[in-house]
Amino acid sequence: MMLSYTIFLPMVGFLAILFTPKEKIWTVRWLAAIFSFIPMILSFIITYDYFINSSASSAFAFVEGPFEWIAAINVQYFLGVDGISVPMVFLTGLLSFLSIIASFNIQNRVKEYFAFFLLLETGMMGVFCALDFFLFYIFWEVMLVPMYFLIGIWGGPRKEYAAIKFFLYTLFGSIFMLVAILILYFSFDPHTLSIPQLIEQAPMMTRTLQMLCFVFFFVAFAIKVPVWPFHTWLPDAHVEAPTAVSVILAGVLLKMGTYGMLRVSWPMFPEPLRYFSIPIALLGLIGIIYGALVSMAQKDLKKLVAYSSVSHMGYCMLALGAYSSVTAIAGCMFQMVSHGLITGALFLLVGVLYDRAHTREIAAFGGLGVKIPVYTGIMVLFSMASLGLPGMSGFVSEFMVFVGAFGSFKLITALAVLGVVLTAGYMLRMVQRMFLGEFNMAKWGGLTEINTREILTVAPLAVLTIALGVYPSPLSNLMRATLENLVNLMAR
Amino acid sequence: MINFNLKIMLPEIFLFLWALVVIAYDLGTRRRHSRTIGYLTMFGIAVAGVLLALYHGGLSFGSMFQSDQLAVFFKIIFLGSAFMAVGSSFDIAHHKIQHHRGEYYGLILFSTVGMMFLSSASELISLYIGLELTTIPLFVLAAYYKDDKISVEAGLKYMIIGAFSSAILLYGLSLLYGMTGTTDIIWIKIELAKTFLRWGKIGPGLILAFVMIMAGIGFKLALVPFHMWAPDVYQGAPTPITAFLSVGSKAAGVVAFARIFVNGLISFATDVMRPLDWGIILAVLASAAMIIGNITALRQRNIKRMLAYSSIAQIGYVMVGMVAANTMGIASVGFYMFIYLFANMGAFAAATIFHDKTGSDGIISYSGLSKTSPVFAAFLTIFLLSLAGIPPLGGFVAKYLVFAAGIQAGYTWLVILALLTAVVSLYYYVLVVKMMYFSSETPTFQIKPSFPANLVLLLGVVGLFLFGIFPSPILDFAFETAKVFAF
Repeated sequence: MMLSYTIFLPMVGFLAILFTPKEKIWTVRWLAAIFSFIPMILSFIITYDYFINSSASSAFAFVEGPFEWIAAINVQYFLGVDGISVPMVFLTGLLSFLSIIASFNIQNRVKEYFAFFLLLETGMMGVFCALDFFLFYIFWEVMLVPMYFLIGIWGGPRKEYAAIKFFLYTLFGSIFMLVAILILYFSFDPHTLSIPQLIEQAPMMTRTLQMLCFVFFFVAFAIKVPVWPFHTWLPDAHVEAPTAVSVILAGVLLKMGTYGMLRVSWPMFPEPLRYFSIPIALLGLIGIIYGALVSMAQKDLKKLVAYSSVSHMGYCMLALGAYSSVTAIAGCMFQMVSHGLITGALFLLVGVLYDRAHTREIAAFGGLGVKIPVYTGIMVLFSMASLGLPGMSGFVSEFMVFVGAFGSFKLITALAVLGVVLTAGYMLRMVQRMFLGEFNMAKWGGLTEINTREILTVAPLAVLTIALGVYPSPLSNLMRATLENLVNLMAR
Repeated sequence: MINFNLKIMLPEIFLFLWALVVIAYDLGTRRRHSRTIGYLTMFGIAVAGVLLALYHGGLSFGSMFQSDQLAVFFKIIFLGSAFMAVGSSFDIAHHKIQHHRGEYYGLILFSTVGMMFLSSASELISLYIGLELTTIPLFVLAAYYKDDKISVEAGLKYMIIGAFSSAILLYGLSLLYGMTGTTDIIWIKIELAKTFLRWGKIGPGLILAFVMIMAGIGFKLALVPFHMWAPDVYQGAPTPITAFLSVGSKAAGVVAFARIFVNGLISFATDVMRPLDWGIILAVLASAAMIIGNITALRQRNIKRMLAYSSIAQIGYVMVGMVAANTMGIASVGFYMFIYLFANMGAFAAATIFHDKTGSDGIISYSGLSKTSPVFAAFLTIFLLSLAGIPPLGGFVAKYLVFAAGIQAGYTWLVILALLTAVVSLYYYVLVVKMMYFSSETPTFQIKPSFPANLVLLLGVVGLFLFGIFPSPILDFAFETAKVFAF
């Protein structure tokens, strides 16, 4: 029942908050903190337990079900985690709690805010644990509604546009997934929606149907990632969303796209995967270079971080293109975790500065290192992590991606390495313009240092970023058996 | 000897008599107790529901009246929509209808009886009579705001179109009778099969009959291109009646459609004989309904008109299930209408309550409503999200089922189109949500629905969550209904 608790405890918190009077702001805040703290602890326990007891085999652990749910259409309640979902569950638990702590400064419509946030957490956890397609789809969609409200009510100036764009864009993607799920459902007798079972059977479908389903799933997942050219919702959503929501968007939501590819479409359709592997890697390359170039042109700090996500998720796509290499796939997983930690932290830090300065314009700052050294230190640390400095998780993941992908696509990988240089370019330039140089005393004399609560929200992320950078083997050991099995499935 | 198994007709007979009781009570109390009459009506509907649970299954009047699973399933929807329409009528009955309140409720009951007869019809004449009994009271109800020009226009328009479409339908039915020599739908099916086996094709007369029937029922369903009347009528009619029209009478149209086409003309849908594939024609009509309904709804700034166009689109989704014409198709159509009952009645009830409070139907007047009336705003949001098909609400399961049926029957293109238009529909449903939640304005009023209105809203919300998360009992029932048809 571990997984069910992890998924539905935030939902219980959601209901508890609904029945709390809206004047009791502190009760609401603490309810949210408690009902995201327990799932976080549970996600840690799951990770630890999986690492100790289950990581040696690729079988699903903590399996619940399959229990009959809607018998007439063979829908089952079926949960389970393996080496690719455990890190995501961990990340979701951690980032959700940290984001809720970071949201304590929300003053406007507090009750609704935290209620929606907890609902969002239920959706995300569910996606990473569901092994039944119907259940997977429900969680996938459920998440859109709170996200819509979170961006639309508490967001920046163009929040309404960003919220509806996010909603429509992702829904547009999911409908293709729904059609593909239905096609799969009717392709086999007995009809089934069980993901593990379909992974076994799907390669027996006709080539045309496989191609069709693969493309349909790809559109749905690619929009979430977001893969160029489906990325245009992302800068809008990220920039307009409140800080904590940007953290969740970058840290967890984008991963649902790559997770979906690894969980569903890659092992299910090996033949189309072979056919499309070069285009996928090319899309990854375009994402890396394009995202980095656009980041370079940004004047707004948050936009810079947002576009850097497009670039960083490009590494994942490049690795996913090189499906036959365990190293590449492991690199993709590493990048998912690492990007969640680093970009999550960067968004939190941007939020910290914005709360004080009420602007995110890079050019407006300068020499902040003198005035707020602790903040500067942390910011520089994560900028370095983001550009892939050795000793931090970003380096490990990029290195693994390049090593793994080089065997499959020499030229594409060689070009993709340019992305590292470009990232270093815009990150260092940002650091230089904001934190070094001359300090504008008249304008920023009143700027206060990062406070304890804010440090506490980024500290765990910093620890993990460095820990994974220095000693990555626990994570790779955790995933190894699952990834080897996955690569075997994809090589069918 | 014809059997008169009146027992299985008890719900209808009771409801008919109860309508007279309601009217008589109103007269007897000199029209003073508007609330009591409302409660009396709701009580009668509830009793009819109990009678339906006790007495069903079997044939009466020879086989003209059949109380099979399909009929029972849809009767639950009719009674539910009547119950909810009455519940949301209390306030307007009190404020806007000074005279003839008893008749107002009585006419709703008469129309419900018509729907119930219609769903039990196993042959063309009883089907036609049921249809007329359904619509004639509705003509009067649509024009119930006598002093309101728009309402009167709505009633008149509805009556003219209604009579016109009935005539077309009747002509089609009589042609069908003429060609086959029977009014019994099962016999029609057999006769048609015989004709086809003998000649290897179907004559132009039958094709004409078939097109006219489709058009006749298409008018009743407001299926594109027979939908022109609907937005005006829906806007002009008292809102609870609009809701009743869009749920109850549509469900009646759907069941009539299923009886005639899926049962009687099923032979055309099978692979062996495809002289005239009504599936493809219906698929085109369904696409038109989804495209035109949704795109026109985008432009509406009046919530009743928006809901009117959206219900044109919704019937398109139902038709995706009907096109499939297999077990899952029929089950999905039934389930869809069942969920639609909660979502659409709920949305219209909310619009009624809002109008009663503010006198406005403009979407813009919903600005900032979540601040002063959070529960009301949340309920309306749930209804709209269910109409848009967002999980875990009932509307999602319903859409999933019709789309599944469409894919199973090989209409993948239709399902993709339906899904694309569903994304469009999200935009206008969410527009209202956006107004209520994102607007910085704070309204000066607070929405406090009366008890029966609250009951309707609550019933809707509970239904959507309950049958969204645990659809199995109703879904199994819906699959049972499909056994009525021999596929």
